[in-house]
Amino acid sequence: MRLNSIKVPHLKASADVRSSSIKLPEKVVIAMSQHGGVPCKPLVSVGDDVKTGQLIGDSDAGFSAPIHSSVTGRVTGMTKVLNVFGVVHEALVIETVPNQILSEEVRPPVINSREDFIAAIKRSGSVGLGGAGFPTHIKFSYDPAETEIDTLIINGAECEPYITSDHRAMLEEGEKIVDGARKIQEYLGIKRAVIAVEANKPDAIRNLTGLTAEYPDIDVMTLRPAYPQGAEKVIIHSVTGRVVRKGDLPSSVGCVVLNCSTAAFISDYLNTGVPLIKRRVTIDGNIVNKPRNLIVPIGTRACDMIKAADVRVAPDRAIFGGPMMGISFYDEEMPITKTTNALLLFSDTKKSHHNACIRCGRCIRACSMGLMPTELDRAFDKKDVELLKKLNVDMCMNCGACSYVCPAKRNLSERNQLAKMFLRDQLQQKK
Amino acid sequence: MSQLLIEPSPHIRCALTTQKIMLDVLIALLPAVIAGTWIFGLRALVLVVLCAAFCVIFEALFNVVTKKRQTVSDLSAVVTGVLLGLNLPPSLPVYMAAIGCFAAIVVVKQFFGGIGQNFANPAITARIVLMLSFGKFMTSWSAPICGSFSGTDAVSSATPLASPDVMPSYLDMFLGVRAGCIGETCIAALILGGIYLIIRGIIDPVTPVAFIGTVALCSLIGGHDVLMQLMSGGLVLGAFFMATDYSTTPMTRTGKLIFAIGCGIITSVIRFFGVYPEGVSFSILVMNILTPLIDRYVRPKPFGEKSRKEALK
Repeated sequence: MRLNSIKVPHLKASADVRSSSIKLPEKVVIAMSQHGGVPCKPLVSVGDDVKTGQLIGDSDAGFSAPIHSSVTGRVTGMTKVLNVFGVVHEALVIETVPNQILSEEVRPPVINSREDFIAAIKRSGSVGLGGAGFPTHIKFSYDPAETEIDTLIINGAECEPYITSDHRAMLEEGEKIVDGARKIQEYLGIKRAVIAVEANKPDAIRNLTGLTAEYPDIDVMTLRPAYPQGAEKVIIHSVTGRVVRKGDLPSSVGCVVLNCSTAAFISDYLNTGVPLIKRRVTIDGNIVNKPRNLIVPIGTRACDMIKAADVRVAPDRAIFGGPMMGISFYDEEMPITKTTNALLLFSDTKKSHHNACIRCGRCIRACSMGLMPTELDRAFDKKDVELLKKLNVDMCMNCGACSYVCPAKRNLSERNQLAKMFLRDQLQQKK
Repeated sequence: MSQLLIEPSPHIRCALTTQKIMLDVLIALLPAVIAGTWIFGLRALVLVVLCAAFCVIFEALFNVVTKKRQTVSDLSAVVTGVLLGLNLPPSLPVYMAAIGCFAAIVVVKQFFGGIGQNFANPAITARIVLMLSFGKFMTSWSAPICGSFSGTDAVSSATPLASPDVMPSYLDMFLGVRAGCIGETCIAALILGGIYLIIRGIIDPVTPVAFIGTVALCSLIGGHDVLMQLMSGGLVLGAFFMATDYSTTPMTRTGKLIFAIGCGIITSVIRFFGVYPEGVSFSILVMNILTPLIDRYVRPKPFGEKSRKEALK
């Protein structure tokens, strides 16, 4: 059985360009919510001096990852930023100084056991770098007595158009990805690791195949280029043929899925102790002269990246993330977070206008989760709670495939998200 | 403050639009229109073009009167008009065709909410309305003239389904040299258009294959001339162009299969046992009505959905 998927244009213009760094920005804005889950509380206050890698935000909650300063400088203010989920959170404004010093807190972790490893990963502030930002230590803290994990999937699918940050990581830091995977296998006792890459990145596949040749328990697997190949449930199915049941986690079928850039970070962290304070961000779009990847401190504002990007005209649309699942934002001061894998800048956007559904069924054939987006659209119109539940609207992962293929240009995936929120509210009211 | 546009993801869309789909259907119908013109003369072409024009005018007027957004540019009214024209005998008076277009666009399509909302195929229903209202005109067939446009007087003739004793040869049937509706006779042209739609991904081949296959099977069981059954009447036109209409047929592949088999069975029953010589229109109309029911019970299985028992755990 093959899951439904769609063909999207690749548009990966930055794939062959070496990643570069940018000039140290004058200030960074570090949000206390870098991903879904519990926001952190700031540990420093206005006027404090901070060093690179210093812990500046933390939370007691389990579903959370600590936040470190990405620069050396002075905290000059607290501000509010809108995160990608549309929720306003606190953020620290840090003005940088020219002399960047690594904090004394930064030292390679000492690991003697599985627990040490998981605790170290938690301290590193690691979250999934592919976009969803699930805290990494939570993926690792399953109970080995109850759950047997036999496959570690390193996700190098990168199925979204434009984005090449994982692709460049596989080329520039291939040995770190392999090392990260081996360390995770070693500490967690996972027998097999599979690095899964879409066939449209042959150079990455070649590089990784060479690097893993000496390790019989790490395979490089070529995936069919199809959207959304990199979605967690989809890649598990593509690699192992296993079906993650509705509402279950990958561990229920013996898998842990980790983005390849996250694996590279873990290798780096275990060797140096430098927490997650920078990342690779693809910068592309129809006004960017030289599409490429920039390695930037977490908290760099979009405007600083636009300055570094060599754009032809001012953008009329800016997106954090890919064109399929990314979030458009209105404020160029918006800072990047740990999960921002791309900044796309466009101009001359034509405003599209949606028409009546012609019942062609293309959205149904596009949905990898086997849902019926147009029927969900109608059920949401009628605010039919029972029908929304029956049609499994909560399984929608907002991949955008239905909206992409719709000839009537209906905003089907957006409607699904609204329907999910509506359903959650209704079910809560009942309780 | 810069002016950045906010919109929901996805931020890119495929190039396909409703209008392009309708344009593809019109391209696919072109061989049948050309064949009909060659077989039945220029009046056939005039009738088809007038039907398309009437349909566009009725849709435009309806939108103006009801103060709705103008939708004629999606070309769906043109498709309905051409399909209705191809389903009419070449000699039908123009005012009757206009009444048919009114029934198709205003009554069947717009009264139920316009494109995508109508439960019955507008062209099929209009053809049935005309059959019931002007039975004599709708069943008076002119003989094929095959390119000899000089002859003005149409000679009336009978269709093979209505009078089996005037059977043309298989080749004549395939090329469409027989009496019948403008667009239904030339099987070669219809198959050409149908293949175009399948290659372009506009229609799912399951519908025409299952529809025509079911009629073939029923004819075989009933001891009828299978090839003649397949090539006569409006079967091929209906199977490729009417039973594949998005609005009025099921959305899933399994649903389409049920729909097409149902059409095939009803067509055969009407042809072999009914008082009407042709059953394609009625079969599609009946299955149109069953479509919401099929769509309700034939749903894709969600990925990793738990059975009711598991969900309760």
